Amino acid sequence: MTHVHKIYLYPLWLRIWHAINALGILILITTGITMQYSNPAFKLMNFELAVNLHNISGIAVSVSYFLFIIGNRLTHNHTYYRLKLKGLYTKLTLQIVYYTYGIFKNQSPPFPISEKRKFNPMQKVAYLIVMYLFVPGLILTGLGLLFPELILENIYQLSGIFLTAILHASLGFLTSIFLIIHLYVASIGKYPLNNFRSIVNGYHDTNIH
Amino acid sequence: MRSSLLSLVILFQFCFVQTLPAQEKQIAPENDQCIKCHTHQTITFENTLTKREDKRLMNPLYILDKNHFAQGVHGRFKCTDCHPAEYSHYPHKAELKLEPLSTCLDCHGGDARYASFQFEKIDEEFQKSVHFQKSGESFTCSKCHDQHYYQAKSRNSTEVGDIVLFSNQMCMSCHSNNNKFQLISDSLKPALAQIHEWLPNQELHFKNIRCIECHTQVVDSLSVSHNIMPKEKALKNCVECHSKNSMLEASLYKYKNLQGRSQKGKLHTIIANKAYVIGAYQNNLLNSVSIILFLVVLTGILIHLIARIVKK
Ligand code: HEC
Ligand code: HEC
Ligand code: HEC
Ligand code: HEC
Ligand code: HEC
Ligand code: HEC
Ligand code: HEC
Ligand code: HEM
Repeated sequence: MTHVHKIYLYPLWLRIWHAINALGILILITTGITMQYSNPAFKLMNFELAVNLHNISGIAVSVSYFLFIIGNRLTHNHTYYRLKLKGLYTKLTLQIVYYTYGIFKNQSPPFPISEKRKFNPMQKVAYLIVMYLFVPGLILTGLGLLFPELILENIYQLSGIFLTAILHASLGFLTSIFLIIHLYVASIGKYPLNNFRSIVNGYHDTNIH
Repeated sequence: MRSSLLSLVILFQFCFVQTLPAQEKQIAPENDQCIKCHTHQTITFENTLTKREDKRLMNPLYILDKNHFAQGVHGRFKCTDCHPAEYSHYPHKAELKLEPLSTCLDCHGGDARYASFQFEKIDEEFQKSVHFQKSGESFTCSKCHDQHYYQAKSRNSTEVGDIVLFSNQMCMSCHSNNNKFQLISDSLKPALAQIHEWLPNQELHFKNIRCIECHTQVVDSLSVSHNIMPKEKALKNCVECHSKNSMLEASLYKYKNLQGRSQKGKLHTIIANKAYVIGAYQNNLLNSVSIILFLVVLTGILIHLIARIVKK
């Protein structure tokens, strides 16, 4: 007899942050691509509109990033992000083997979700890199482009704006790649839509045998 | 004896080294007769009536900048090459005011030495511009090109910022200065910041693009287009600059890029460029790397998805 056990994993503040962040970053990616590959012959959207939307959602995402940081500080959510370097390699290998092999053999996941463990090691590493490297990097370089007087004019031979812009675009691209993988991995599981429901209503269903 | 000789040598060297750079850009010595008054706040002259030395205030609008003059294209000229020689007397004779001065075309028109500047073609284009159409002959070349200070920046400077500043100051000398604006027009100058409110990062733009980039039609055979069009025809389309085949390549960065490319190769010009224009600097290497990475990720996901469906 299996019955469904619900655990509350995504508190309201986290869901609000996540919604703003997800929507904001989707807009940032679309408008960012529009600007980067702007072409008079093929217009995805008006350039001026793209610039304005990009600026507004960039600011929204930056502000909501502080919600994420403060929320994590104040609640116990940050404990899910704690990473032990020791044994990390083995744990990551286990998870990768599961995703590429075990999952097709109907094996059970090596790091099942529980109240104590929201993320498997791969998720943890990915979220840490994205939330503490990519997103802050994007925010800082984005501010630099919005207020060019803040950044160094020249770094050796190179123009400061040029470097900042390249870094910004590269981080934006990597974040887009993360998003694609993030969306796909979230659909893994018995019911592909379950995780998406969780990030909306907060509850995660586990099957107890 | 020895040491005094040595110090003499050092002194000589010192003078030599000190004066060498200055000598290159020095104005004609004859000009002393004018600049003794025209670079100072006050003038002293012999009052022929009272037979006394008089000291008076100089008209501040007639004070020239000597160094600035020396750096201009006509820096080696004598003042009296252009102005009547009678100016050497003071008080200047009233009729001197009335004598017309040479225009650019008077001296440069039809002169093969300046063929590369295409003065005649510039004149032709200028006559089509709104300035000439609305104000006619009273809008002379000198209204933009101060004959005392003009430098051929757009071809001699390698700094985009420098070129832009110099060029935009010509326009700003009227468009942000009502006194000079009203030499031509009876109305007040429109406020530039307000007219261009639609342009984001306005200050950054005005530092990196010339007014003429948006306000003239680019003529390929001319390095600087002179046909300033009515405001309705001004460039408002961001993508004209912010795209790969940017018009900036054809105008502002033309000389710089052509020079740079032949000297240091294309990559260097792109990397060392002082301005980064979103959309216009697409790096081919980064583009290919990102497309490949993107495809790899998508293929991985697709394979995984198919395996998931098959094994269900
Ligand atoms: C003793 C001082 C003095 C000397 C020397 C002098 N100027 Fe002037 N100049 C003036 C003053 C003062 C004015 C302002 C108008 C006036 O008071 O006549 C002036 C006005 C002018 C003007 C303005 C146009 C005009 O006629 O109002 C020109 C052009 C000019 N000077 C050229 C020269 C040239 C060229 C020389 C040298 C060959 C020269 N000046 C030598 C004092 C001088
Ligand atoms: C290449 C020609 C040229 C030379 C050289 C030249 N001027 Fe002029 N100058 C002009 C012209 C043209 C004007 C009239 C500008 C206008 O009306 O737009 C002028 C105007 C002036 C004026 C009136 C103020 C003004 O700016 O309108 C003064 C004063 C003057 N010049 C002084 C001098 C002195 C002093 C020298 C020498 C150091 C000198 N100029 C050298 C062409 C020249
Ligand atoms: C009185 C005659 C005269 C007038 C007026 C005059 N020029 Fe010149 N210009 C010359 C001469 C002569 C030279 C060469 C100077 C030299 O080689 O030192 C020259 C040099 C130049 C150069 C530099 C050419 C080069 O090969 O580097 C430019 C550009 C130029 N003038 C533009 C103008 C413009 C623009 C005007 C009008 C605003 C003008 N000139 C008015 C006589 C004149
Ligand atoms: C409305 C302002 C304006 C007027 C009027 C104007 N010019 Fe210019 N001109 C410019 C600007 C801006 C530039 C580019 C700045 C630079 O040379 O760095 C320029 C550049 C030039 C150059 C240098 C081109 C080159 O290839 O390097 C010449 C020569 C010139 N103008 C001649 C003229 C002549 C001749 C007239 C009159 C028939 C004239 N200009 C009238 C604004 C003007
Ligand atoms: C990015 C392109 C761009 C640049 C750069 C630019 N302008 Fe404009 N400018 C325009 C457009 C577009 C208009 C028409 C605006 C409108 O009608 O709403 C305009 C309008 C004007 C007008 C007409 C004002 C009126 O209503 O009578 C003047 C004057 C003007 N610009 C001067 C300048 C000067 C001077 C500079 C350089 C400091 C400059 N512009 C730089 C695009 C530009
Ligand atoms: C001598 C002063 C003066 C200078 C220098 C000057 N302008 Fe003007 N400009 C005017 C005046 C005055 C008008 C108003 C129309 C008229 O009466 O000519 C005007 C009008 C304009 C207009 C509006 C045309 C319209 O449709 O109403 C534009 C655009 C413009 N200028 C651009 C420029 C640019 C770009 C430069 C620099 C390359 C420049 N101006 C330099 C005086 C100047
Ligand atoms: C005449 C060419 C030109 C036009 C037209 C133009 N721009 Fe720009 N723009 C530039 C240049 C050049 C820079 C680079 C300044 C720098 O970074 O050094 C720039 C920079 C920018 C920047 C900030 C720099 C960055 O990389 O983030 C923004 C935002 C921008 N433009 C938006 C626009 C928008 C929106 C429009 C249309 C309303 C527009 N531009 C029209 C040339 C242009
Ligand atoms: C449309 C876009 C998005 C959707 C549908 C989505 C979906 C989800 C889902 C279903 C979860 C819960 C499953 C899990 O914990 O792995 C989740 C969590 C998470 N997502 Fe997203 N996501 C989106 C965009 C983003 C973006 C752009 C970022 C960061 C740049 C991001 C960062 C995170 C993080 C850090 C968590 C874990 C939060 C926590 O529990 O502490 N997401 N997302």
